[in-house]
Amino acid sequence: MTELGVILIGALLVNNFVLAQFLGLCPFMGITKSYDTAFATGLATTFVLALAAVISHLIYHGILVPLELTYLNIILFIVVIAGLVQLIQVYLHATSPVLHQLLGIYLPLITSNCAVLGVTLLAINQDLTLLQTLTFAIGAAAGFTLVMVLFGALREQLQQASIPKAFDGTPIALVSAGLMSLAFMGFQGIGS
Amino acid sequence: MSNNDFSRGAIENNPAWAQLLGLCPLLAVSNSVANAVGLALASGFVLLGANTSISLLRKIIPDVARLPCFVLIIATFTTVAVMVLEAYAFDMFTRIALFVQIIVTNCMILGRAEAFASRQPVSRAVFDALGTAVGFTIALLALGTVREILGNGTVLADMDLLIGDTAANWQLTIFTSPPLPLALYPPGAFLLAGILFAAVKALTAKDDTIERPATQSEAKQ
Repeated sequence: MTELGVILIGALLVNNFVLAQFLGLCPFMGITKSYDTAFATGLATTFVLALAAVISHLIYHGILVPLELTYLNIILFIVVIAGLVQLIQVYLHATSPVLHQLLGIYLPLITSNCAVLGVTLLAINQDLTLLQTLTFAIGAAAGFTLVMVLFGALREQLQQASIPKAFDGTPIALVSAGLMSLAFMGFQGIGS
Repeated sequence: MSNNDFSRGAIENNPAWAQLLGLCPLLAVSNSVANAVGLALASGFVLLGANTSISLLRKIIPDVARLPCFVLIIATFTTVAVMVLEAYAFDMFTRIALFVQIIVTNCMILGRAEAFASRQPVSRAVFDALGTAVGFTIALLALGTVREILGNGTVLADMDLLIGDTAANWQLTIFTSPPLPLALYPPGAFLLAGILFAAVKALTAKDDTIERPATQSEAKQ
């Protein structure tokens, strides 16, 4: 149980995927202009990430390893993620129009979110068990959502600030992300 | 024509600072010049391979299923890049492994496939790929050099992991005690990338001021 806790906190705060491992920066920079979209993207990503990591784990250990086809992992995982995103979109459209309307436009973007493939590959590389993979994925996704929401709120404030012309837009966003990352470095050492 | 395709990808539409694509690998592996070159070569290979084959296959790939086809082609070339690096530069591979594997999800490559290679003949697609790859390399090298000098005090350290023994003596020591070790850590990557992008914006802003009066006078006419 302690071990799972360490994995969860590690992926959530200590090795935060966005601020310490540089995964998922495209949505982090692209769609955090407001708090609401950041939250919706975070939720959609959490859902896909947890499912993709578990399914990829099952396929890898159930099919690729016995057949000695592990070199196909990248191709197969990206197909799993793309298929999963498509499935969720169809399912949400049919069952929950409200949720579909809320998350709809952010879903297709998840396929090209490198955090999803990154978490899946990292879980395989570190030889995690199924339960550990699930914990790792939930921690990573929660960390992603947390940082997206914090950064979305921060950027809403940035729009009111007077910023030097050269730094306006992306540069100031990157510098703010740097300061956030500095704060997150304070978590280093927890659980080790 | 081909010349235009090359310089457009490398400078005007630079994937890093003009389009903000491929930010994850840009920030993650730019902690040394050697890592930056390693990833630039791998991404360039995948970009060139994908653009060429997508351009060749553009009349065969059905329009409705084009994105899955593109992703599969890119994934195939990524797998090849992973295998080559694993076989010939294993120590380098272990340092940048994850970011070579996730070249698949680099929007820069899918973007070029969708916006350019799927509509243009091979000769133009090749130049477009080369231009984009060079543009990405420039950004990687710029950030990689600054971060290595500030964070480690050296340039071109560990190049032998990538090129072999000939590069063993290439390392230049600029500072014996690094002035800003933070540059090697994630916050340093974000801060220096922000400053780099701001510098590019400040330098290119001059062109805007020259162009702006022209467009205004055009509007009056």
